[in-house]
Amino acid sequence: MTIEFLGKPLKNPIVLASGILGNSRDILERVYMNGCALVTMKSIGPEPRDGHKNPTVIDLGHGMINAVGLPSPGYLNMENEWLALENRSFPLIASIYGGSVHEYQMVAEYVSSKQPDFIEINISCPNSEKHGMIFGVNPVSTHEVVSAVKKVVQVPLIAKLTPQAPDIGEIARACEDAGADAICAINTAGPGMVIDIESRQPVLAFKKGGLSGPMIKPIAVRCVFDIFQAVKLPIIGLGGITTGKDAIEIIMAGARLVGIGSAVRYRGLDVFQKVADEIHQWLVEHNTCLDDIRGAAHRSIG
Amino acid sequence: MENITDQRHIMLRVEEKRRESPAFATLFFDYCLAFKPGQFIMVWIPGMDEKPYTISYHSKTRFAITIEAKGLFSRKAVSLDKGALVGIRGPFGNGFDIYPDSSAAVIAGGCGMAPLATLVEKLGKNTVFIHGARSKDYILYPDRFDIQRQFCTDDGSFGYKGFVTDLLKQQIESGRQFDHVYACGPEIMMAAVFDLCEEHHIPCQVSLERYMRCGFGVCGACVCGSQIVCKDGPVFNSTALRDMVDFNKKALLKSGKEVDLSLYFSWRCQ
Ligand SMILES: Cc1cc2nc3c(=O)[nH]c(=O)nc-3n(C[C@H](O)[C@H](O)[C@H](O)COP(=O)(O)OP(=O)(O)OC[C@H]3O[C@@H](n4cnc5c(N)ncnc54)[C@H](O)[C@@H]3O)c2cc1C
Ligand SMILES: Cc1cc2nc3c(=O)[nH]c(=O)nc-3n(C[C@H](O)[C@H](O)[C@H](O)COP(=O)(O)O)c2cc1C
Ligand code: FES
Repeated sequence: MTIEFLGKPLKNPIVLASGILGNSRDILERVYMNGCALVTMKSIGPEPRDGHKNPTVIDLGHGMINAVGLPSPGYLNMENEWLALENRSFPLIASIYGGSVHEYQMVAEYVSSKQPDFIEINISCPNSEKHGMIFGVNPVSTHEVVSAVKKVVQVPLIAKLTPQAPDIGEIARACEDAGADAICAINTAGPGMVIDIESRQPVLAFKKGGLSGPMIKPIAVRCVFDIFQAVKLPIIGLGGITTGKDAIEIIMAGARLVGIGSAVRYRGLDVFQKVADEIHQWLVEHNTCLDDIRGAAHRSIG
Repeated sequence: MENITDQRHIMLRVEEKRRESPAFATLFFDYCLAFKPGQFIMVWIPGMDEKPYTISYHSKTRFAITIEAKGLFSRKAVSLDKGALVGIRGPFGNGFDIYPDSSAAVIAGGCGMAPLATLVEKLGKNTVFIHGARSKDYILYPDRFDIQRQFCTDDGSFGYKGFVTDLLKQQIESGRQFDHVYACGPEIMMAAVFDLCEEHHIPCQVSLERYMRCGFGVCGACVCGSQIVCKDGPVFNSTALRDMVDFNKKALLKSGKEVDLSLYFSWRCQ
């Protein structure tokens, strides 16, 4: 089930979502060894940042809500990590964020010099006061930040989008025009809120948080569908993907690769291999292949 | 697929508070918690923060956590009184592997006594039980167990003056055979116990502590090398420890920055 992504051959279409485990080289490698073809680091920011106080991540059963708040050592404080990643045996996406176009550029330029296989700009994180989101909901801002980052990176650039955009196809077009090489969608949905009725207060310390896992899958499928119609760029589709059938569904909406995050909670660390195997099995049973089903849902409606 | 239901906090009221010593308090809750020694829960004090604590007492109708007053959160936790509302999530983690008919040694250091307490209650009377602390005030549950216990303190204010590893070494050198050694305490102490066990080919299990957020193996806050402390651990056996390059060396701060363990703990105890 090998597949090519922006010129890079991958063992299968499965990607580790940013912010899930990706905190050290060793754990990224372990995820890769568990059947994941392409792993994403936790989003890297311009300064050291602790993130929000706990509670930050709550499992609601049908998915989770989180407001981790973009913790990051800061791009200049990761020398050991970069060193360890230098002679890695697996393909890597470095995810970055900033609070302004200038910060995005600064972080991107530095991170690019560390030679990840791809850079993903997180223009979609809802969990902080000022970072990211604005760049993901307004096409003018999107264009500005993507083209600024594109100028300073030496590796292919992926833009990660938020489902909060009123017209996500339009945002994807802005990314394409600005020189992005691929789109990753979606980041968490919402934001939502959970109130504890005994203490009468929001459970998350940040009060609001992004939703992920099975409950957001229909939103993710719709977003990927819209993006596929809007642009030619390859898409990493994610949001609630938990089984092989979920993956097939989002591929039919138009995804080239499939990201997995929250499902680590529901099916364990070997979820990557399980989903890869289930995709393979489905394809065999239906006597078809990835290239045939990608975007299939568009053809049926003409 | 694992059948996972809503994991929001279960809200409980403190039923009883016990001041164990100036440094420790135990909070009891009347609730039936499915649990295995060594597992932990995330404890939420509304409006404050949420942190991991091990279960220190357990019966069909009751459980407790024992807290050492250190930083902001734990000082608040020990100040809670009967009736205070807290939320719990869990239990999480793997817990200790227990072998009922074997010969075991349990080595507790300071607050590391808490996760070992329910384990000790499940082990045989012939268990060798060694308990060390900074000083007398830091000896948890001095009168709690049926099993005989050897005490030691850094300052000699209670029991032998010296380290738990001195006492364990004496036991081993006197010819005592152990099938398993369990340890919990400061990581440097657990590393010393592990080294001693390796030297004498005794399988060992230790319980690690790292900053945690989700508690269920998703967010990556607690990662130690390739191991996920909240999910693969917090209890790790000799096989896992041998490959764990960060054991007794590195930990991630809240920001995810990797630092030396000494910095991690000195920073935290401010
Ligand atoms: C599995 C497990 C079981 C545990 N069981 C027990 C137990 O039974 N009894 C017990 O007393 N303790 C236990 N602990 C430790 C407990 O969770 C707390 O760490 C401890 O009570 C100290 O918390 P504190 O906030 O009071 O102090 P500190 O940790 O000193 O914190 C001070 C401040 O620093 C912040 N902070 C804490 N850690 C970090 C970090 N790594 N990076 C950045 N900021 C940080 C805190 O939010 C706080 O505001 C356990 C820990 C784990 C992982
Ligand atoms: C705990 C947690 C932390 C996350 N952190 C990040 C992050 O740092 N950067 C990012 O781009 N996305 C982050 N995300 C979003 C995921 O990458 C993903 O887009 C989203 O969770 C939807 O996929 P899923 O349903 O498979 O989890 C995070 C998600 C979770 C649950
Ligand atoms: S606390 Fe989130 S992975 Fe361990």
